[in-house]
Amino acid sequence: MLGDKDRIFTNLYGVHDWRLAGARARGAWDNTKAILDKGVDWIIDEMKKSGLRGRGGAGFPTGMKWSFMPKEVKDRPHYLVVNADESEPGTCKDRDIMRHDPHLLIEGCLVAGFAMRANAGYIYVRGEFYNEAQHLIAAIKEAYDAGLLGKNACGSGWDFDLYVHRGAGAYICGEETALLESLEGKKGMPRLKPPFPAGAGLYGCPTTVNNVESIAVAPTILRRGAAWFAGIGRPNNTGTKLFCISGHVNRPCNVEEEMGIPLRELIERHCGGVRGGWDNLLAVIPGGASVPLLPKSICDTVLMDFDSLRDQRSGLGTAAVIVMDKSTDVVKAIARLSYFYKHESCGQCTPCREGTGWMWRVMERMVTGDARLEEIDALEDVTKQVEGHTICALGDAAAWPIQGLIRHFRPEMERRIRARTEKLAAE
Amino acid sequence: MPKVKIDGVELEVPAGITVLQACELAGVEIPRFCYHDRLSIAGNCRMCLVEVKPGPPKPQASCALPVADKQEIFTQTPTVQKARKGVMEFLLINHPLDCPICDQGGECDLQDQAMAYGFDRSRYHENKRAVPDKELGPLVKTSMNRCIHCTRCIRFATEVAGVEQLGATGRGESMEVTTYVEQALSTELAGNLVDLCPVGALTSKPYAFEARPWELTKTESVDVLDALGCNIRIDSRGAQVMRVLPRLNDDVNEEWISDKTRNAIDGLRHQRLDRPYVRTKGKLVEATWDQAFAAIAAKLNGLDGSKIAAIVGDQCDAESMVALKDLMASLGSPNVDCRQDGAKIDGPRGSYIFNAGVRGIDQADAILLIGTNPRVESPVLNARIRKRYVHGRCPIASIGTAEDLTYPVERLGAGPATLRELVDGKLGFFDKLKDAKHPLIVVGMGALAREDGGAVLAMAYELAGKLDAVRDDWNGFAVLHTAAARVGGLDLGLVPGEGGRDVAGILEGCQKKEIEAVFLLAADEIDTTKLGKAFVVYQGHHGDAGAHRADVILPGAAYTEKPGIYVNTEGRVQVGRRAGYPPGDAREDWAILRALSERLGKTLPYDTLHQVRARLVAVNKVFAAIDQQAPGAWGPVGKPGTTTDAPLASAVANFYMTCPISRASRTMADCMASRAHLMAAE
Repeated sequence: MLGDKDRIFTNLYGVHDWRLAGARARGAWDNTKAILDKGVDWIIDEMKKSGLRGRGGAGFPTGMKWSFMPKEVKDRPHYLVVNADESEPGTCKDRDIMRHDPHLLIEGCLVAGFAMRANAGYIYVRGEFYNEAQHLIAAIKEAYDAGLLGKNACGSGWDFDLYVHRGAGAYICGEETALLESLEGKKGMPRLKPPFPAGAGLYGCPTTVNNVESIAVAPTILRRGAAWFAGIGRPNNTGTKLFCISGHVNRPCNVEEEMGIPLRELIERHCGGVRGGWDNLLAVIPGGASVPLLPKSICDTVLMDFDSLRDQRSGLGTAAVIVMDKSTDVVKAIARLSYFYKHESCGQCTPCREGTGWMWRVMERMVTGDARLEEIDALEDVTKQVEGHTICALGDAAAWPIQGLIRHFRPEMERRIRARTEKLAAE
Repeated sequence: MPKVKIDGVELEVPAGITVLQACELAGVEIPRFCYHDRLSIAGNCRMCLVEVKPGPPKPQASCALPVADKQEIFTQTPTVQKARKGVMEFLLINHPLDCPICDQGGECDLQDQAMAYGFDRSRYHENKRAVPDKELGPLVKTSMNRCIHCTRCIRFATEVAGVEQLGATGRGESMEVTTYVEQALSTELAGNLVDLCPVGALTSKPYAFEARPWELTKTESVDVLDALGCNIRIDSRGAQVMRVLPRLNDDVNEEWISDKTRNAIDGLRHQRLDRPYVRTKGKLVEATWDQAFAAIAAKLNGLDGSKIAAIVGDQCDAESMVALKDLMASLGSPNVDCRQDGAKIDGPRGSYIFNAGVRGIDQADAILLIGTNPRVESPVLNARIRKRYVHGRCPIASIGTAEDLTYPVERLGAGPATLRELVDGKLGFFDKLKDAKHPLIVVGMGALAREDGGAVLAMAYELAGKLDAVRDDWNGFAVLHTAAARVGGLDLGLVPGEGGRDVAGILEGCQKKEIEAVFLLAADEIDTTKLGKAFVVYQGHHGDAGAHRADVILPGAAYTEKPGIYVNTEGRVQVGRRAGYPPGDAREDWAILRALSERLGKTLPYDTLHQVRARLVAVNKVFAAIDQQAPGAWGPVGKPGTTTDAPLASAVANFYMTCPISRASRTMADCMASRAHLMAAE
């Protein structure tokens, strides 16, 4: 269990002052100049050594991502873009960072922007996060007024401007290239890769897009040292992580914990356990709506980090743990997610545009058992036809929950089909 | 050059191309819907997936992936096959099964590729999507249920046509291609959307339910409705031209044609002259060829050559023009002119052709438009200028009244005085032209077909000299004609001979009774009321202005009905071919002149098309080099002199009606009405 001394987000619950004075009292903005003075190479090297993996869902090593930016600024400026379009169902960690500890993020932006030689950063905030954006804007103003941002930020000699942009609430705009399109004022549709943003991102300039949490933890890592961060968790899955636990637990919460904490311990220690006791557990979606669910048998022992969950053919994703007890209609739950993906598909590429609608419609019939048994195989086949064939990962995200359902709850789906067939026959 | 291995075959390919293009070089066909050579890459149909090593463990869209050295590309693996079949299935689930009533049937990419990658039955048991049809004007019919969202139409409208009026609304399966507000597209290139659409979502409205592609005879020919000479394919059934499609030619029209080129063809069915007429007692009466020739012979025999004149129309083939030239010479008449609009062009070849060529536009790095609106004079050429603009770093300015050209233009002024200032270096744009390596000066008929045209031309010449725009490695002096026959006519010397009269002189002579007989070779763009009491012979294919005034009508053939050579504005010699025979008693034009010459006792020395073409080459050897653009001689042109204040307005006031064919076309009338409606709405 993570000790209080190792927590990065010390105002996660908003009980303290979120403004600059409070943030400073908690250690933020403490001699940031000293960090910057150590130079770009040191920062990136330290980030690499810390083993921090991107907190937005894909888990790509953050230090490595920063190092992809061109080594010197040529004719095009560099940009830092922070993805605060937190829309993954079940996830609410970035929201709490922005409203309760915005200065962690802002300081992170300066450090990250400096490390990638960017003089400007954009924070793309989910449209629905109005109040969060207000806190962020107020905090940025405080930082400007205190000389922490702007010309000669923190007296480091580096100029850094930070802007907040509010989206319009489309899930797809959380995909990094769709986010860039949206930021440029276009329709939020993912771009083809290559070129990757580090080569041609915002307005065709070298850009790095990072999740809020990844950026917000950076200053603390650099201040306390990579070894400290790397010492928490398991190899290749280091550090602390914000978990968002929702669903059928006694006390749903956001909590910062060590990577690799057992799922059961996470739920029982921080959330007061599953409603009706651990044995009442049906399944858990461990990393936000996009990852396949896990049945109780796996939940008993699984560790909450990238690699252990991948080994169980699921994923850590955004670490949004959605707990479902035995009262859940699990088919209906996944059907609802299918509707979400059908609704949020941008419509650009064929498999996702056509496939998400198809999958949702079949799932709706599966809820009532209005299908034939072989349609389960057909459905799985359709998910495979979508997966890996699309421009962005939304197609995969739409396919995986259904694949997880079929993998672990196929008997339940078959039972419904049989029950309905028998009922119709009886009539 | 990178070396790649495609399905085990090693191949060296040019750097910078895509995997899809590399596969094409290797002769491996990659199915695709959204990819199009001349549009930006969308990568959205996902049909062109291939496996690539090194690369991620999932198939990649080959249209968007650059080739890399030592890349291995697999196009036939089970993974690839499965991916393509999957995409095909997705495309078909919401596509209506209405091929039997779809005009795209038989030439549909989806139909063809479904044969290779489709299943013979559907696993999709839900309801299909229904999408309301959209109104895109009189030329493009929509059936949006069939749309597969490849966005080719959107990209064409935005990138090539330069009208940002098409786009997609909605998200996911609710995405719809639409015009946002229900209105026709204000472009002269709308017909190309029909060609681009890989399915039957956008089909041709005038051609709706007219024919199936396999019933049509295909003839490769050249367009004469503007001076660009777009390469076209004429699809005909029997004698009737059913449709016109573009033919690929990167030197001329790439693969676009204008709406007039494509859709004015219904004009070929209306108002046709299908038999000779002779005016008796003030009325035109049907006659035989013999009677018509006899009437002409009766008038011309014994008439002094100086009292005879000939005016050549804008769409004549070179064969008929050379026959007319020879006939007039044998009659002793120097009064021949092919410049109906009175354009003051009479210099060496280099002064009346688009020397830079259409390809030269791609190279130009500063463009000046003088008295021209290329958007209406030659929409395809305008699209080429737009392409150059999109490519960047090419300032464009205009002297004249041209409004929206689909790309930003610096408006220097309207009249010749502005040109004078520019030539004298008093305008800032002069420096931009001067700094350019390849300055391009486009002179339109709006600058030349006017009283002071010679003076304007002289200024343009002076400017070209100051800019050093005409040199060994670059010729940036470009005349944009509006008449398809003009350059050919000038090449053949159909201009007044020693002491001869030009068009204005001929008309003046008619009124003064110094000219007693006028031969109009399909010339309809002159003021026929000024022909006075002269005896008028009209040879042409449409009952237009010339025929109304004629005393004898000789029915000729339209461009689709005769083999003919045309020289486009670049000076490129191109061959048109016969797609069908002219109606009724009408005949090929050079043959009519040959027959007439015999009746006049001045038999022309050629009996076959071959011999006429030999004569063409004898008159001007440029006619020997088919499809080539022979360079023209360069020298002082124009007549320095005073100019008026009149603005250099475009020679084409109404794009949709510029010739007898387009004036007879109902489709063009519909287009005009639609455009007028749009203008009124604005």
